[in-house]
Order: sequence, then structure tokens, then C-alpha cells
Amino acid sequence: MSAFISLLKRDLLLAVRSRAEALQPIFFLLVVVSLFPLGLGPGPALLAKVAVGVIWIAALLASTLSLDKLFHADFEDGSLEQFLTSGHSLSSLALAKIIAHWLSTGLPIVLLSPLLAIWLNLPHEALPVLVKSLLLGTPIFSLIGAIGAALTVGLRQGGQLLALLIFPLLIPVLILATGAVSAATHNLESTAYLLWMAAYAVLMLTLAPFACAASLRISLS
Amino acid sequence: MSYNVGVFDTPQLWTSQRWQRTIEYSKPLIESLFVKITNPPTSDPNKPACMRVENLVFERWFIPVFESVSFQLGAGETLLVRGANGSGKTTLLRLLAGILEPTEGKIFLPEQPLAWLGHKLGIKDALSVRENLEFSARFHNLQPTDALINDAIKQLDLLRVADQDAGSLSAGQKKRCALGTLLFQPDAIWLLDEPYSNLDKSGMQIVDRLLTQHQQRNGITVLATHGALAPAQLKVRELIVESYQDNYYAESLA
Amino acid sequence: MNPVMKFLHKTGSPAYFYWLSGRMIPWLWVIFAVLTTWGMYQAFFVAPTDYQQGESYRIIYIHVPAAWMSMMIYLMMAIFGAIGLIWRIRIAEILAISSAPIGAAFALIALISGAVWGKPTWGAYWVWDARLTSQLVLFFLYLGVMGLHSAIDEPRKAARAAALLALVGVVNLPIIHYSVEWWNTLHQGTTIKFTGGSKMPNSMLFPLLLMAASTKFYYGAALLTRARNRLLEQDRRRGWVAKSIREQRL
Repeated sequence: MSAFISLLKRDLLLAVRSRAEALQPIFFLLVVVSLFPLGLGPGPALLAKVAVGVIWIAALLASTLSLDKLFHADFEDGSLEQFLTSGHSLSSLALAKIIAHWLSTGLPIVLLSPLLAIWLNLPHEALPVLVKSLLLGTPIFSLIGAIGAALTVGLRQGGQLLALLIFPLLIPVLILATGAVSAATHNLESTAYLLWMAAYAVLMLTLAPFACAASLRISLS
Repeated sequence: MSYNVGVFDTPQLWTSQRWQRTIEYSKPLIESLFVKITNPPTSDPNKPACMRVENLVFERWFIPVFESVSFQLGAGETLLVRGANGSGKTTLLRLLAGILEPTEGKIFLPEQPLAWLGHKLGIKDALSVRENLEFSARFHNLQPTDALINDAIKQLDLLRVADQDAGSLSAGQKKRCALGTLLFQPDAIWLLDEPYSNLDKSGMQIVDRLLTQHQQRNGITVLATHGALAPAQLKVRELIVESYQDNYYAESLA
Repeated sequence: MNPVMKFLHKTGSPAYFYWLSGRMIPWLWVIFAVLTTWGMYQAFFVAPTDYQQGESYRIIYIHVPAAWMSMMIYLMMAIFGAIGLIWRIRIAEILAISSAPIGAAFALIALISGAVWGKPTWGAYWVWDARLTSQLVLFFLYLGVMGLHSAIDEPRKAARAAALLALVGVVNLPIIHYSVEWWNTLHQGTTIKFTGGSKMPNSMLFPLLLMAASTKFYYGAALLTRARNRLLEQDRRRGWVAKSIREQRL
């Protein structure tokens, strides 16, 4: 447990130390979202209609961008070898890295989402549901994405491959989240979607660390 | 086939303590897959700490990297793995550390943790020397008190750069910082790949001192080096690793 | 050793596998050819014309078996992958990765035939129908497995990574499938179904079953051929290959 906490603390400290790098996905998110009104036209009705999809796809892209680096530094400087040989459970260490990743990427996206919703003219009543769906969905991005990141760590074109590996796996999150927010926009009940997302998040929380550890073992061999 | 292989861990490296713990959790699951579990042979009770390697083979691209290796190492023994460049010294050490999985053969380890120091040092450039050492200590279940860390810094002769970022250090200074992981794991089996590389004379003396201390407290060390080993006071056994491919071509040319 | 492990290890021995698969492949091809010819004849000359869709419905005799196969092969790939990862049996790893291109090809056939069928029926080549969309996602999953396999140099490491990804995919596949169906009903109301369920007359159903059976034999034959070639390429320096050649057991 102390190894888990110390790794989590170290990763957060590293994220704080390299602020500019850690914030890149957030700036990426802002830029991508701001491109849509420019491409689609500023009509508020149209923007309101596509807002959920735009925010979620931009969040997906931003998460993937940062996931590429999740294990990369640790692989390069040999920390992963230390984790593997330490005798600590590799899956719990992987979970610590995933949590640190979510805190440094997923959480800022959740916090920024109200701003994005205002930009894209999302109806006010849908905002709480958007935040909730992001709060449940971004951890799934981190969890599933970590498996892909672990499988592609050390490969030359890891980034593009990572996107190919994890985007199909993230489709359910996208569908459920946009379903929830659309329902809220039309004043319908969205709890069912959010509960499904929570169930999916729990499932991935239990399975992903193990798959991630197994992937890391393969990647290090 | 004595026992089965899990997806998540290298089979031959289970110490029996870890093994029993895992069996408790996974027995129903594994048994439901029709696999019979028997405990791996534990080390000889008369020899409390004993490391045994039998007919170890590792293949890359379906070609063995080195000629099959077997050895046994008791408490307080130091094994010096020697061999030419490309003979597979690093591969052998990575196998012992459990980073790689043997294609054939078995590795039995006593119930001790492993301390691994490879070419990649596991030092974070963005953290200072002190922070790196603190993390290393905490990661190996020690409380990183000021006394402990200061003592490590003194032993590694890093006093002058203790609060600098590791990224600003020279390769030799980084190596010294990485040696801290050995200080925090006195009870472990030490697996060191080229521990002398990049070090100056006083740095090499630090490694010698650490190795001698480890031997005196009956620790097992395996170290790979292409050069000779310096300290005279250290009793070592040697293992020559031969490249399978080099031998193969030498035979086919003869 | 229990019987299951005995079976896995015996079949997993390269020389035995190579010999056994060599004996099986010709038979699999012959059965495939007979079933396909019979099934195609039934499909095009015997089965009646549909009163709603006319002749265009006959593409289901390609489309539906291909779609079934693409899903079955993904499952097979994951099962082989799991056997390879758990028991470290190399033949299973080879079978897993050899399955991927075959499954991807079936997924692609299902997509293309679906589009061809969609034009006269829906009036567009592509409609975001639940089945087509799941099929597309499945095709992407295959691409991921193949992409990962080809990105890693060392063959065994590549096979293990691909097998693990297939396992992750197979856990997620039902979730993806049902979420896509749900998404579809949300956005489209009722979906147009390919077949009228059990109302299909036997003369229409029989060729479909024939084709479903014939594609399984195709998979078996193609899989074993691919796996054999891969095995021979990997083991060309090993003793059993030379021995098998000497004893003419190839």
C-alpha cells in the first residue's frame, strides 16, 4: 500500500513539475472545441445540437493524446523495470499510475466542461448531466486507455497505434454519455445511462489493472 | 509439467510465500481450468538461502541467446557473470529478475525480494537526488526519515548535488543515485547489470564497499560485467556466458 | 497430467501439429468446395424470390454467413490467445494471430455485401444501422489486433501482445454490440431487420445453413494453412523440420 501511495504521489509531483506538458491535453481540448464553431458556423441552434458530441469526442482525443505518454517516461528511464522486480503487485502500481493520470488529465477536463458547454450553447438543464457523465466516463478512458498504452509502450509509432487500439473499445462510453446528455436536453430521465456508465466504470476498474499489468510484462520482455 | 503458468506472473520466480498467497485467491479459478496445482520445489532447508538455476534457455527470434546455463548460489555468495559483448549477460540477468520469461529451464529463488539495477536506472530527471532517494526508500517499504536519506547521500558521496534535479547530473552521478536502491534493500538478492559503468574511481569503490557489505551479511549477489572485478576482499564465483550464435557459427566454420 | 493438458500439449507439439494439420487441410478444402457449390446452387436456383425484396435478398447467403464468421473468429482468436497466454502453448499463439486476417476479411465481406444490399433496399450504400455499425467496429478491432502484431518485431512478444488485446476486445465486444444497438434504437426508432426471423421458409433457410457450414470449413482450412506456414517459417532452423523432411512426414 505504501508503494501504491508513494507512486501516486510521485506521479502527481511529476505532473506538477512539468506543468506545461501536463496541461497540453487541456489546451488541445480547448483548441479542438473552439474549431467546431469555426467549421460549422456560429448558429446557436446547430451548436447546441452538436455540443455533446463535440465535447465528448474532444475529451476522447485529449485523453488519448496524454495516454500515449502514460508509461513512456517510466519505460525509458527504467522505472518500469523497478516496478516489475520490486515484488509489489504490478496491477496495483498500474492502478496508481492510472489514478494519477485521471487526476492530471480527466479531472481538469471535467472541471473545464462548463466552460465548453457555454461556448457551444448547451442547454443549461443538461449541464449537470454533462459533468456527471464526464466524471464517470473519463476514468474509463484512463482505465481502458492504460491497457493500450501498456501494449504500445516502447513502440516506434505508439501514438497512432494506440488510437487504433482503444477508440473502438471506447465507443460504449461515447454512446452512453451522449445518450445521457441528449436525454437531459430533452428533459428526459438520464439516470439509466449514468448508472450503466457507472457499472461499466466499475467493471473496467476491476479488470483493467490486471490487463494493464499483463500488458506491461509483455511490453518489457 | 510441475505447475501451471499464470498470465500475470512469471512462474519460475514465485517464492513460496508469494505462491501460497496467490493460491489462496486463485485456486478455484485455476482449478476450474482443469489445471492441477503442485507447489514448486522450495529451496533446501539446510541451506537457508539458495538460488538455483537449471538448464536456462532463452530464445529471441527462435534462436537461443546463450548456451544453456545452470548454477546454484548459496547465502553470502557472489556470482560474477562474464562474457563478451552480445553474449547474453544482460539477458541472463533480466531472466533472473523476472523481467523476461525463460523459454526452457527453471529458476528457483529463496524467499527474498529482488533488487534490480540495470542499464536504465529508474531515476526521474525532474526530481532532485533527495526526492529520488526518498521515493526509492518509500517504494521499498522504508520510512524515508532525514537520517536515512542523509546517510544514503553521504554513503553515495552526493552531498554537493543532493538538492539538484537529477536531470542536471552527469551519468556517473546518476548511477550513484541509482545505487541508493541497493542501500534500501539490504535483505534482497542483488542483481546488478554493469554496476561499474560510468563510475569514476571513487564511485567504483562505493560499489565495491556495497558488494563487500552485502556478502558479509550473507546476501546473494549476481553481477554482470565485461571487465574484471576490482576488490580483492570479495570472494566471487564466475560464470562465463557464451553466445549460442557465435558458437554455432564457429562450429559451422570449423 | 490431466487429459485436457495432455491433449493441449500433444497437439501443441510443432511436429505433431504440422503433420496433423497437413493431413486435415485437403479434406477441409474438399468439404468446403462441396458445401459451397451446393449452397450456392440452392441459393441462386432453388430458393424462391422474396415477395418484398425481390432477388436482391439473395445476398444474405454471403452476407449473413460472413457476419457470423467474423464474430465467431474473433471469439476463437480470443480463446486461442487465452490458451497461449495461460499455458504458454506456442501453437495456440500462432492460431490466434493467424485467425485475425481471416476474421477481418469476413468482416470486410459482410460490410461490403451489406452496402451492396443496402442500395436497393434502403436507397443508400451506407446506413448507420446497428448491425452494420457493430460490424464496422468489429473490423476496427481486427485492424487493431493486426496492427499491434505487426508493430512488434519479436514474433513471440508480438503474438502475446496481440492475444492479450484480443482478450480485452472479447470482454468489451458484447458491451460494444449492445450499446450500438441501443444507440441505434435511440436515433432511428425501429431497425430494418435482414430476415423475418423464424418466418423464413425452409427453402430459403436451407441454403443459408449450407453456407454457414461451408464458411466454417473455409475458416478451418485457411487457418491451418496460415498457421502451418507461420510455424514452418519460425521453426525452419529447428531439428523437427529436418527430421520430418527426412521421414517424409510433412
